[in-house]
Amino acid sequence: MPTVSMTVNGKPVTGDVEARTLLVQFLRENLRLTGTHVGCDTSQCGACVIHIDGIAAKSCTTLALQCEGAKVTTIEGLAEANGPLHPMQEAFREHHGLQCGYCTPGMIMAALDIVRRRGNDLDDHTIREQLDGNICRCTGYHNIVKAIKAGAKAMAPGGASRQAAE
Amino acid sequence: MYNFTFHRPTTVRQAAGLLARNPEAKLLAGGHSLLPVMKQRLANPPALVDLSLVEGMSGVELKGRSVVIGAMTRHADVANSKVLQEAMPGLAMVPGSIGDPQVRNRGTIGGSIANNDPNADYPAACLGLGATIVTNKRRIAADDFFTGMFSTALEEGEIIVKVMFPIAKKCAYEKFKHPASGFALVGVFVSKRGPDIRVAVTGAGSNGVFRVKSFEEALKKRFAAKSIEGMTIPATGMNTDIHASAEYRAHLVGVLARRALAKAAA
Repeated sequence: MPTVSMTVNGKPVTGDVEARTLLVQFLRENLRLTGTHVGCDTSQCGACVIHIDGIAAKSCTTLALQCEGAKVTTIEGLAEANGPLHPMQEAFREHHGLQCGYCTPGMIMAALDIVRRRGNDLDDHTIREQLDGNICRCTGYHNIVKAIKAGAKAMAPGGASRQAAE
Repeated sequence: MYNFTFHRPTTVRQAAGLLARNPEAKLLAGGHSLLPVMKQRLANPPALVDLSLVEGMSGVELKGRSVVIGAMTRHADVANSKVLQEAMPGLAMVPGSIGDPQVRNRGTIGGSIANNDPNADYPAACLGLGATIVTNKRRIAADDFFTGMFSTALEEGEIIVKVMFPIAKKCAYEKFKHPASGFALVGVFVSKRGPDIRVAVTGAGSNGVFRVKSFEEALKKRFAAKSIEGMTIPATGMNTDIHASAEYRAHLVGVLARRALAKAAA
């Protein structure tokens, strides 16, 4: 069985996996990082979004072996254990950007990628357009958009709760 | 997904060698078409040859009067390329419209055209600009490359290395995006490069991407939406499915061609 090594949330990890193991399976089943979800398993819903070398990707459509040597960040890697939430997580809490919460980890990881690409000052239209790859079946997106707008602002240098994004 | 052996060559030569030793192997680029198909067990290659570590296969460069895009260049990197935005913004519209942001972060131009999905966007750009597809063995004109639904002129063991797009002063892409999949229900790429006028259509034809010669002829007088006002194409040979009838797709070809022409003029 092939061995894969990568850095997940700052920690080096190694595992023996079948070649067909998806990154999301490796994260959830080998590493027990179950914050990354599987919604559709067909690259549509975005519940499985994580970052590979700082760039958002769907972990249900990526093989673990494709991430050999990569730096992977999941929702668990955003805040320190028992520390304050990441500003984007805090914004989702504050603005109630969720109901059942299933899509939320993917939403937050996608939101951070929007900030990476589009900066801290986001308008509603941009956010809605850039959330094309993330589906929420509860909220109608209204509070998610509000949360991302506020979270992006808070992440800005001099923002309310500045904290290193990753 | 059935299991397979996984290979990560670092040169095109090694990749070609792996393909020669594993005739049933498939190349893996961004994986955003191949892996979903393998998950559905519609494909079960015994080996995958991942091209992501092969050096020199990604990037967007200006070379003479062409824009050259490495086969492993991700859609997001093509769409955001400063070089391309300046040289030919109409081509940047194509990768910018594919899938969603996460898909654009992984999917590649080489993967897209090698797969030649009848609803994919890049084939329209290649045919609509008269691109040249460069492989490890030869150069193939886009007119000869796309040979039908999910089929191309690529031979066994042939690897797309880069795609060369001649720079057209005027060009644009317009698509009617399927709201769920992000694929083109119909997409039309138009370009004018000197006397060479092209109108290429994806998503509509049951045999994949094609050119609309009647529109191209009419655009010779003036490269503007007005020149093809009221023109239609027959519905024969158009796809029909639950999303759109052949007649509707044929209708969209005219509408989107005019919109693309308006964009190209802007």
